[in-house]
Amino acid sequence: MVTSKVTSKVTSKDDGVEGGPVAGRWRTRLGILSAATVLASGLTACGGSSTASGTPTLNWYINPDNGGQQKIAAQCSAASNGAYDIKVSILPSDAAAQREQLMRRLAGNDSSIDLMSLDPVFVPETSEAGFLAKVPADLQQQWSNGVVDGAVQGASWKGELVTAPFWANTQLLWYRKSVAQAAGLDMTKPVTWEQVIAAAKAEGTAIGVQGQRAESMTVWVNAMIASAGGKIIENPDAKGPDIRLGIDSEAGKAAAKVMQDITAAGVGGPGIDNRDEAATANLFQQGGADFMVNWPFVYAQGKSAAEEGTMDKAIFDDYGWTTYPEMTAGQEAKPPLGGIDIGVSAFSEHRDQAFQAVSCIISEKNQAAYMVSDGNPAALESVYDDPTVQQAYPMYDTIRKSLQAAAPRPQTAYYNEVSQGIADRWQPVSSVTQDTPAASQKYITEVLRGEKLL
Amino acid sequence: MSSQMETRSAGDVAVSKPAARRGRGSDKARAEARLGWYLAGPAFVILVAVTGYPILQALYESLFSYRLTAPGDREFIGLKNYGVILSDSLWWGALGNTALITVVTVAVELVIGFALAMVMHKVLGWLRPIVRTAILIPYAIITVVSAYAWQYAFGLTTGFMNSLLGLGDFDWFANKWSALFVICLSEIWKTTPFISLLLLAGLAQVPADMTEAAKVDGATAWERLWKVTLPNMKASIMVALLFRALDAFRIFDNVYIMTNGAAGTETVSSLAYNQTISRLEIGLGSAVSVLLFVCVLLICFIAIKVFKVDLARARGEG
Repeated sequence: MVTSKVTSKVTSKDDGVEGGPVAGRWRTRLGILSAATVLASGLTACGGSSTASGTPTLNWYINPDNGGQQKIAAQCSAASNGAYDIKVSILPSDAAAQREQLMRRLAGNDSSIDLMSLDPVFVPETSEAGFLAKVPADLQQQWSNGVVDGAVQGASWKGELVTAPFWANTQLLWYRKSVAQAAGLDMTKPVTWEQVIAAAKAEGTAIGVQGQRAESMTVWVNAMIASAGGKIIENPDAKGPDIRLGIDSEAGKAAAKVMQDITAAGVGGPGIDNRDEAATANLFQQGGADFMVNWPFVYAQGKSAAEEGTMDKAIFDDYGWTTYPEMTAGQEAKPPLGGIDIGVSAFSEHRDQAFQAVSCIISEKNQAAYMVSDGNPAALESVYDDPTVQQAYPMYDTIRKSLQAAAPRPQTAYYNEVSQGIADRWQPVSSVTQDTPAASQKYITEVLRGEKLL
Repeated sequence: MSSQMETRSAGDVAVSKPAARRGRGSDKARAEARLGWYLAGPAFVILVAVTGYPILQALYESLFSYRLTAPGDREFIGLKNYGVILSDSLWWGALGNTALITVVTVAVELVIGFALAMVMHKVLGWLRPIVRTAILIPYAIITVVSAYAWQYAFGLTTGFMNSLLGLGDFDWFANKWSALFVICLSEIWKTTPFISLLLLAGLAQVPADMTEAAKVDGATAWERLWKVTLPNMKASIMVALLFRALDAFRIFDNVYIMTNGAAGTETVSSLAYNQTISRLEIGLGSAVSVLLFVCVLLICFIAIKVFKVDLARARGEG
């Protein structure tokens, strides 16, 4: 049927009916033209970064939070008196997924990114690839003044501050006061992993650790290796194939021993192999674990759960905290260091305004307000003296101490390979043996040399 | 109707003037061919642009050691990437998982899909649109959404399956086989309607008088199914198998959401994603993608040459 219809049309054309093919050509051209117009208008919409009034719009790619960054963006825009207007775009919640999105855009020289909230572990890679605008010397000085050491280290690469420290996170050991007391643990002094494991076993409870095959596994392994006096990477500045790893060491074996002990004592708790920080917080809140290592957001989460009535207030009042567990008694632990740094894109068309905006975003006032509203600890040490912060976070002094002692995760442009390699070989926790450090070191080295898939 | 008449009259003219027919026929053939190109040309060009170009680019990139964040270090290394992949147990493990998921899901879907197609075919009256819609609903759901739904159902903290089955604290996603089981289940639930749609089209092609005749000859329902219905819809079955096998072999979403490759559930697509998107190793990732493409081509080749799947006949053109 279709063929015969087509044939009849061709015949009529051959019969000399004028206008058909010419009109067809025009229609085609018109079609192409309109398609091009639609495409072009779409592209303009993507690249448009100025409002009609001439105020440049700065696009700030942020990690998801409770809306604190959005609020800061609005306040800074208003305070700039029309110098800039910050528009916020939200990245995925997972740090690795945030990196994936940003890197792909930046590799395509995307000028629509002006500011970005970066996890410190991805600062070296972003800087090494030339994706960050060079921070003027005076701003480097200004942005690092009064900031905790670990946060400045995390925001720097090759001895230069390449991003602005915004907030600095650290993990604490959280526990139920009643359970720790029943187990006879003296929580006024730092405790060791061995003590916590024994206490959890004695009380028939679990320790909330992050056993998922994800970046959180590297956070844990790194903190244990650093606390035992080791380092995951010996020469972080090196190119991938030349990187020397320090996982296969006494410190690495000590870290593996803690995991083995957790498995042997049966205190990993349910679902350890698929547990991230949020799942750990929920487990602790629901009573599935009475000890946990986690970021301070768990306090804000517990508080709002108690206020909303989804958790018994008595349970929240039983929340206790102290510094991260030690590997050896008397040897100060090196807790995990996290946080967010703000980078200015090398492809931004409004760099000067972007630098001005960063200075506003990381102001002491904003960091204090952000800590109270979103539960993310400030990078500026002075913020911990703020009475509103002290009231909202009774553990402010523990956080400050922990930040001072914290060890950053390996700072390398190849962090993703190192982190994924660790997550791959140290998970599931129950499979870890004294051979795991050597096996993971061999595997990651081969991956970095391009000899293995990840 | 009018076009049929036009065709017939053109034929009549051709019979009466054989000499003219040759000239006009070739003109007509040329015009038809030209029109064919006019009609199919834009689609062809777009297809080459959006499919052919990336495939060629991936082939080219796969010969380099190239990291997106270190473009200056790009280096031609020939077939080394392929050597790395093919000598890595991770690749063979992922290939094994992918093949297993493909075989299991396609086989189960074929059986359930056929049963559903029969139901859709037989049910009459006001129930017909309701049944058809109900069966098609899972297919209308986005794979990522269905993956989350199944993950939440089997998850340790969110799920109801453990309490339903009395399994306590069993972590489905911590063990390779239980994780693959849930992944296959989600895949089957989601895409069985697709197979049943293709099979429904096949069922509709089986002439009713044939089954009627078999019934009159005393064939049982089982015999009618095996001896009349199935042989007559072989082409549809083969096409459904081929389409679903190609689709299943590229499985990504379910694995990404549920385990992200943990507990040894890596598939070929997730391996390609890891190298290209997570590691930004464009060279190595392109090589994995090229190998995935070769696997898919191989499935097509085997289906068309060995099992003689006739794509045109299944569409009712033969």
